Formats: sequence, C-alpha cells, structure tokens
Amino acid sequence: MDFQNNGPETASEEQLFVPSEDVREHLVVVGNGMAGCRAVEELLARDKHRYRVTIFGAEPYVNYNRIMLSPVLAGEKSFDDIIINSRDWYSDNNIELIAGDPVTAIDRAAKTVTSQSGRTVGYDKLLIATGSDPFIIPVPGKDLPGVISFRDMKDVDTMLAAADKGGNAVVIGGGLLGLEAAHGLTLRGMKVTVVHLMDSLMERQLDEAAAWLLKSALEGRGQTILTGANTEEIYGDGKVEGVRLKDGTEIPASLVVMAVGIRPSTALAREAGLEVNRGIKVDDHMVTSDPDVLAVGECVEHDGNVYGLVAPLWDMCRSLADGLTDRHTGYRGSVTSTKLKVAGLDVFSAGDFSGGEGCEDIVLRDASRGVYKRVVVKDDRIVGAVLYGDTVDGGWYFDMLKKQEDVAEIRDLLIFGQAFASGGGALDPKAAVAALSDDAEVCGCNGVSKGQVVACIEAGNCSLDAVRATCKASASCGSCTGLVENLLAVVLGDDVQSGPKTLCKCTSFTHDDVRREIVAQNMRSIPEVMQLLHWSTPDGCSSCRPALNYYLLCALPGEYQDDQQSRFVNERMHANIQKDGTYSVVPRMWGGLTNPRELRAIADVVEKYDAPMVKVTGGQRLDIFGIKKEDLPAVWADLNAAGMVSGHAYGKSLRTVKTCVGSEWCRFGTQDSTGLGVKIERMTWGSWMPHKFKIAASGCPRNCAEATIKDFGVVCVDSGYELHVGGNGGIHVRATDLLCKVTTEQEAMDYCAAFIQLYREEARYLERTAPWIERVGVDYVKQRIVEDEAGREALRSRFLYSQSFSQEDPWAQRAAGADAELHQPLEPIAIAAE
Amino acid sequence: MTDWIDIGTLADIPQRGARTVQIAGEKEIAVFRTGDDHVFALVNECPHKKGPLSQGIVHGYSVACPLHNWNIALKTGEAQGNDEGCTPTIAVREEGGRILIARPASLKAAA
Ligand code: SRM
Ligand SMILES: Cc1cc2nc3c(=O)[nH]c(=O)nc-3n(C[C@H](O)[C@H](O)[C@H](O)COP(=O)(O)OP(=O)(O)OC[C@H]3O[C@@H](n4cnc5c(N)ncnc54)[C@H](O)[C@@H]3O)c2cc1C
Ligand code: SF4
Ligand code: FES
Repeated sequence: MDFQNNGPETASEEQLFVPSEDVREHLVVVGNGMAGCRAVEELLARDKHRYRVTIFGAEPYVNYNRIMLSPVLAGEKSFDDIIINSRDWYSDNNIELIAGDPVTAIDRAAKTVTSQSGRTVGYDKLLIATGSDPFIIPVPGKDLPGVISFRDMKDVDTMLAAADKGGNAVVIGGGLLGLEAAHGLTLRGMKVTVVHLMDSLMERQLDEAAAWLLKSALEGRGQTILTGANTEEIYGDGKVEGVRLKDGTEIPASLVVMAVGIRPSTALAREAGLEVNRGIKVDDHMVTSDPDVLAVGECVEHDGNVYGLVAPLWDMCRSLADGLTDRHTGYRGSVTSTKLKVAGLDVFSAGDFSGGEGCEDIVLRDASRGVYKRVVVKDDRIVGAVLYGDTVDGGWYFDMLKKQEDVAEIRDLLIFGQAFASGGGALDPKAAVAALSDDAEVCGCNGVSKGQVVACIEAGNCSLDAVRATCKASASCGSCTGLVENLLAVVLGDDVQSGPKTLCKCTSFTHDDVRREIVAQNMRSIPEVMQLLHWSTPDGCSSCRPALNYYLLCALPGEYQDDQQSRFVNERMHANIQKDGTYSVVPRMWGGLTNPRELRAIADVVEKYDAPMVKVTGGQRLDIFGIKKEDLPAVWADLNAAGMVSGHAYGKSLRTVKTCVGSEWCRFGTQDSTGLGVKIERMTWGSWMPHKFKIAASGCPRNCAEATIKDFGVVCVDSGYELHVGGNGGIHVRATDLLCKVTTEQEAMDYCAAFIQLYREEARYLERTAPWIERVGVDYVKQRIVEDEAGREALRSRFLYSQSFSQEDPWAQRAAGADAELHQPLEPIAIAAE
Repeated sequence: MTDWIDIGTLADIPQRGARTVQIAGEKEIAVFRTGDDHVFALVNECPHKKGPLSQGIVHGYSVACPLHNWNIALKTGEAQGNDEGCTPTIAVREEGGRILIARPASLKAAA
C-alpha cells in the first residue's frame, strides 16, 4: 500500500532553514494534528513573519486529515490523498517539525518543553494541541494483541493487516467511529459484529427512528449488530480470540476494535500545573490558566464544553490566531453537526433534539424511499435536525440553525426541503399544491397524479377516506396525506368532510388501517410501523404505543418482542396502581373456587406485608390492597408457593370467569357450570386482548353468575349450552346477544376460543366487545363463528397457538428475579461536591 | 456550590422508562431516560394528584402520569396541553458514564 512507503517523517534541524540569529518570538506547538497545524495555518495567513514555529508530533508523519482515516480503511482513499500539509509546507514556512518524538514535560518556570528523546526547546508561547485519547473499557483482555482503537494511521495499518487474513472482527461501540470501522472492515472482507451497549445505534446523534433505519441497512449489508450488549471479557491465549458478553454470548474474533469514546488528552497539561477540568480550561482566546500557554482542539474545555468534531476546531483556531496577532475576536462555542461517512448511507444530525417546553417536532417519513426527516423548532427557530436517507438539506437546516433564522414564514414547507420551501415564493401550502401541474405525481406508491386526485374529488369524494378508497392516493404509505388534504381544501373549500378518527394525533391512519398494514407489510417492531406508516412524532405517544404493541403482539405470537415501555403501568407492574402509588394484588381463583391452602397464603401475605385491606371483589376473588412496589416480588413468591398465579386484574386481558354452583350442588343446575368455568379460565388466562374481557358460566337460566352482561357468557340449559356475547356491566349496561346454542361442553369451549380470537384480531385497541359488536353487527359475528365452520376452527387454533406463548405466569418470572430493577430504587452511591 | 449525587449509569434506567431515587429527608425523585437517551430528573409527584410519574409511559420528552394521564414535560416539569401545574425539576449531568443529580437540599439553599 502506497502510504506505507511514505515512512516516518522526521525532519532534522539541519534539513530546515532556520536562521540562527532568528530573534522572533518562538511559538512551540505540541501536537501535529488537525488543530495544531490549522492554528499555525491561520496564524501564517494573518502574519507570516511574526513567530518562529516549532511543531512536535507524537506520530511519525506529516499533518494528515484524521477524519479521512475511514475512507482509507474502506479503500476509497490512500494515505497520500489525505495529507493536509506535505513536507514542503513545513520547509516553505520555516517550520521545524519534530515528528515521532512526543513531548513528555513542560517546565513553565523555565519556559521549555522536553521530548521523549531528551530534546529540550525553549518557547515564548506554547500551544498545546494534543487531541484526544481513545477510551479503553477496563475489561479483562483489553491489552491482548489484536485489540486496538481507531484513532490514527497506525490503527488503520493494524486493521488492514488483520483484514488481509480475513476472519471475524468485533467492533465495540456503535457510534460514528465504530460504524465507520465496521464498514471499512466489512468492505475489506471481514465478517463484522458490532457490539453496542445502548439500545440504539449512534444514540448521541440519532433518535430511535433514524437509528432503527440505520441498523436495518447495516444488517442488510451483512453486519451483525448487537444492541443493549455489554462486553464482559475479551478472551484469547496470547492474542485475541473473541469477545464474551455479560449474557454469556461468545463472538469469535481475530481483531477487536474499541470505539467507545474519547477522552481529552490532558496529562501533559495537568502535570505542568495548568488548570484542567474535563479538558484543559481555556478562555475565549484559547489561553489557558498560564497567559503564555495556549491550547486548542479536542484537548480543551471551553465554557464547560469539550468537542469531538472538527468544525469547532476551525472556529477555535481562528480566534486563537486572532488573539496571537492582537485581534481579539474571541471564540463563543460551536453548534455541531454530524454526518456518517459510510457510502450509500446518508445520515445527518445537528443541534439539540432534547425537546422541552415550546419545542415542536416536524417529522416527515417516506417509507418507499427509506427517508426519515425530523426538524425540531422552538420559538420559530430551528434547534435541531435528524435526517436519514435524504440529507441534501442538512446543510440548509444547519445554516438556519446556526444563524438562528426565523422560519415562521416557511414553517409549513420546511420539512420538504430548500427546493420546495424557497421555490417560487409559494409559501402557503395550499397555494403550493394549487400551483402544481395537473400531471405532477401526488402519490408515489400508487402513481396517482394531481389531475386524477382533483377529478376524484370533483366526482363527489369529499373526504380523505373517500379519496383513498376511490383513486388510491395516500392509501398505501400515507406520506402524501398532507398533499391530498390540501387538494381537498383547494377544491372544496369548507365542504371537506372529516373522515373516521385516526388512531391518535401521531398518524393520519385509523386503527383499522394500521392493523391491516401491519399484517400486509409484515411489520415486526414499533419503530418499523412508525417509519413505514409515517408517524408524525419520533416515538409516538401514550395512546399509540400501547395500541401498536398490542397489534404486533397479536399479529406475531411467539415472535414479537414485547415492549414493556409501551405498556400502561399496571401491565408493566402486573398489579393495579392505587391513588397513593401502592399496588393491589389479585391472585387467580379459578372459576371463583378456593381452598384452605390458598386462603391461608392470602391471610399470611396480608399480615406479613401489612396490607391495610383485603376485599372480596365483584369478580369472585380476593383483592389485597396497599402493597408497596418493593414488596411485590416477595408477595408474588409467597402466593406462587401456594400454587396461585397472577389474576390479571390489571390487564387488557382475560379477567375473571365467574361461575355459579351448577349441577354439582344446586337443585336447579342443569350442567356443571363450575367445572366448565374452570376449564374455560384455564384455556383463556394470560391472553392479551384489545380491552379487558370477562366470562361467566351459569348453571341454569336463573343466571346467578350474571352471564348475560359478560363479554362471553354461557347459560346452561337441559339440552346444552346457550352462548352469549357482547355483554357489559360498567358504564353503559348492555345485555348480551345470543350467538347460538351448542350441545357439548367441548363445543362451548371451541366457540369461546374462536370468538375471543375474532375479537383479538379485529377489534380496535381499547374497544370492548359490546361497542365492537354494535359496530360490526351481531350477524357478522354469527357468520364468522357459527356459519363458517372452517373459519371457526382456524380462529380457534390461532388462539390456542398464541396461548402457548402467553400462559407463563408473569408473577413467577418477577418473583424469580426478572426485571428486579423495576421494583427497586436506584442506590445513590457517592456524593461528589464540586 | 452544588452537591452532586452519583446515582448509577445510563444502563441502570430502562430506555423510555424511569427509576426512583430516595434520599433521606427528601421527596422521592424520578429519573427518566428518553428514547434517545437523554436523562431528566423530577420530583416523583404529578402536579395533579401526586401520581408517581416514574411509573408513567415516557414518550418523546414527556411522561404520561399513570393515574389520570396528564402529560408532564420532562425538561421543565410543566403540565402540557390544557392542564396546569408544575413539578420541580432536578439538575442532571453525566460524567465519565455516570449519572449525577443535584442534591435537592443544596438546590433549595442556592435558590
Ligand atoms: C376490584 C373490583 C371492585 C371490587 O372490589 O369488586 C374492581 C375494581 C376496579 N375496576 Fe371494575 N372492578 C371489579 C369488578 C368490576 C365489574 C364486575 C364484574 O367483573 O363482574 C364491572 C362491571 C362488569 C364489566 O366490566 O362489564 C366493573 C367495571 C369496571 C369498569 C367499566 C367497564 C366498562 O366497560 O364500562 C372500569 C373502567 C375501565 O375498565 O375502563 C373498571 C375499572 C376498575 C379499576 C381497575 C379502576 C382503575 O382503573 O384503577 C378498579 C381497580 C381497583 C384495584 O386496584 O383493584 N371496572 N368492574 C372488581 C375486580 C374484579 C376482579 O376480581 O378482577
Ligand atoms: C477515524 C476518525 C474519523 C473521524 N471522522 C470525523 C468526521 O467525519 N467529522 C468530524 O468532524 N470529525 C471526525 N473525527 C474527529 C476529528 O478527527 C477530530 O475532531 C480532530 O482530529 C481533532 O483534532 P485535534 O488536533 O484536536 O486532535 P488530533 O487530530 O488527534 O491531533 C492531536 C495530535 O497530537 C499528537 N500528540 C498527542 N500528545 C502529544 C505529545 N505529548 N507530544 C506530541 N504530540 C502529541 C497526537 O499524536 C495527534 O497527532 C474523526 C476521527 C477519527 C479518528
Ligand atoms: S366502581 Fe369506581 S371506585 Fe369502585 S372500584 Fe370500580 S372504578 Fe374504583
Ligand atoms: S395524579 Fe397525575 S394525572 Fe392525576
């Protein structure tokens, strides 16, 4: 490789022309990197002759562009291509370069520096530009040969040598550097696994939506991306052989690249007694606590900030050179933007998207093009931006952000980019769509032009839904919804009819649209749904997240990874939250039956955990009140020990199955309603549903179990079982509809399973069976469950299949220690005064 | 002069979730982690009826109170939309991968 011939670049004193009687002030620079040399360039541009300059560099090279190490690794550039200043620049400007010889001490009293080789040089002004040191996580094996960081040319050489032999590489750290290293190594033929501690990639620069897109794209390129993965150990005998994670996973590797972050390189300054915090403290002119010592670049801390990107260095270097030449402009801090340098993956982020009061998100998602854009606006100024897939406007947003430009005028068109927002002076979105030509394509997914949409509206389709149903515009991914709505407004003025209610304010789609598309497009995660269906918020709200979690869970039994954080507190804690923040605990009592062992266990729990109340519920079981969050796992363990499981009194799920005494004891009983109730509860417990679901079985038409106000009710009669559906006590009492009559207990069970599955698959989240049946009609339900025998059987088996994954007692898992942190406060471990 | 209390690492707090911190003599504190890993701390009490905010659903930079679904801005503690009220916030900073919160008492003293 060509750059290897370039060799160490040590210019000795004799090689350079240095007038021995040079009486100019002597500027000594420690660090031949990006900031050190840029500072000298800026200085020369202002006053070529003012200072005599000597530069010490630890690396044996001339000044090169560190950020281009990524393209060198990827094979897109050679070392020669990334040299910023060749040897000629040093000699032309009489700069003495002492490369490959780091400075090891500064003597501020004598005003000298001493290098590793023992050379001592005096200075009038000293500039420290030592950059950063890669952070090495302190795990066993970190010092094994084959474990490296990604900071300089030497690291790239090591990676290239390893890649020549092929095999597996692990990159620890899924930030900018780690992903660029992974990309380069993949292109060089290695099988790469990225191990990232956080749950999403580049979490400092990207929000979850953009990170999800990035992860999918990298996986598509053959990389393995492990998020939420904690490295325990790097193992190997004499050289690295692999990485072991905390969860026990072992990943074999002949190369491990640690790219978990950087620390300002401050040791030299600290030992010299300069004021150092996170970085070397500097003022607005890059002067340290010693007026003759300056510092610049990643090693400094200005106004509490340290930086890890080049743009701030350029600003710092300008102020520094101004200061050294008596022009006191002063540095005021920088806003930064990031771009990932991975060919074909466009990722941009800038500013602050930490939201807060008055912040507004403008989000555009274009699933067919794989685009996600989010601009955060506060008080009519852009404060942050994240772009994925289409980053051409990154510079434009960043520019407005830095200049704090007022964007009120272009607010509505901002997200469409510079071409749209400043094009033709059409600032009103309605005027903008009105100005589109008739053959302009409005809906890319279905190839519908503006002319076709207008014709469709003029033909009498006066709502978004009607347009979607007729000409298909906006019926697929929905990204043109805004355009279609504006066209409706342009054509109809005030006569636009509003369509059915959308799922929530984050989307223009209804519950039914979302469910249909989840299945049709085989979506597998909440971020994926939000991207493909163009959610207008970055991570949804407390209405849509639980709904999406349920829809995915229902569509992908056994495969979907439940998102706990998208569940309401009761379902996350497996208990009902009370007004004082304690919880109530209801163990299951199958069909309302209990026994001395269970009663004793409940009595013991009440005493042991000081529960202030225990009560018989309207659902035929016992409710223990006032349990502290911390005590829940222990309470559950005690109840489990007596054979009891969670009663799901907290869930959008099966609640109780009420029974009456039935033929076993009652003089009127016609069938064993108690036994049937227990069997039904055993079959249905643990299932997640759109809303809570209650069942009852009565032994005769006297109906003591109140089966005709339950979601599913059985009334036993001499000749068999009457099955009732869609009842509701509660706010609006609704008596059930009779579904049908069956003759055997097995049939009653089968119809029950099929009915539940139909409800699970077709009702909207938070819609109980009563309003659902009023909406779809009892005849529809009869047709699906009673008349369509094959359909009923299919529904039943889908229900039982999904139950095979959900009948694990959540209490037992928690009692055994799962998610223990949910029940425990954090331990404040140390108190640091500052 | 602020006292900073080390409460653990980012990984100790579930993403889009919260943990609590108890300090003798102080109100319980809820420490939230957002979807993009920003950390905020508030007194663990809803301005409405003191619902434990730490148990709510975290979305964007808000938390929905578990008791009656008010939305509280994590950055300011302010109730959003038509609801009115404010929960005190506590300064948070990150240092070397550790999360530090300002000791509430010294905040009071400083104010
Ligand atoms: C404990 C219990 C009252 C009692 O002491 O008897 C109860 C307690 C609550 N009910 Fe109930 N309901 C209880 C039986 C009922 C019944 C009677 C029944 O199931 O036979 C009904 C009417 C039947 C029905 O649901 O159709 C009932 C209709 C409601 C409703 C109105 C539902 C509706 O569709 O209109 C709500 C509100 C809701 O779900 O949104 C509700 C909500 C609640 C909540 C969960 C309120 C809340 O969100 O915190 C209460 C929880 C208290 C707690 O912490 O445990 N509860 N609730 C009963 C628990 C039964 C069980 O063992 O699981
Ligand atoms: C692979 C890679 C990709 C990057 N990509 C980007 C990007 O896309 N965009 C972006 O903005 N930034 C990027 N960066 C960050 C950017 O390179 C740094 O912000 C920039 O180089 C910092 O400049 P500096 O002069 O402060 O430090 P450096 O460039 O590291 O220079 C410091 C120099 O000082 C030397 N030194 C240290 N101690 C001594 C001593 N005691 N004596 C003598 N010399 C010493 C070091 O060897 C080094 O050569 C990337 C970094 C890397 C490693
Ligand atoms: S009736 Fe009202 S107060 Fe009584 S338990 Fe049900 S929800 Fe609570
Ligand atoms: S207590 Fe928080 S919304 Fe009522």
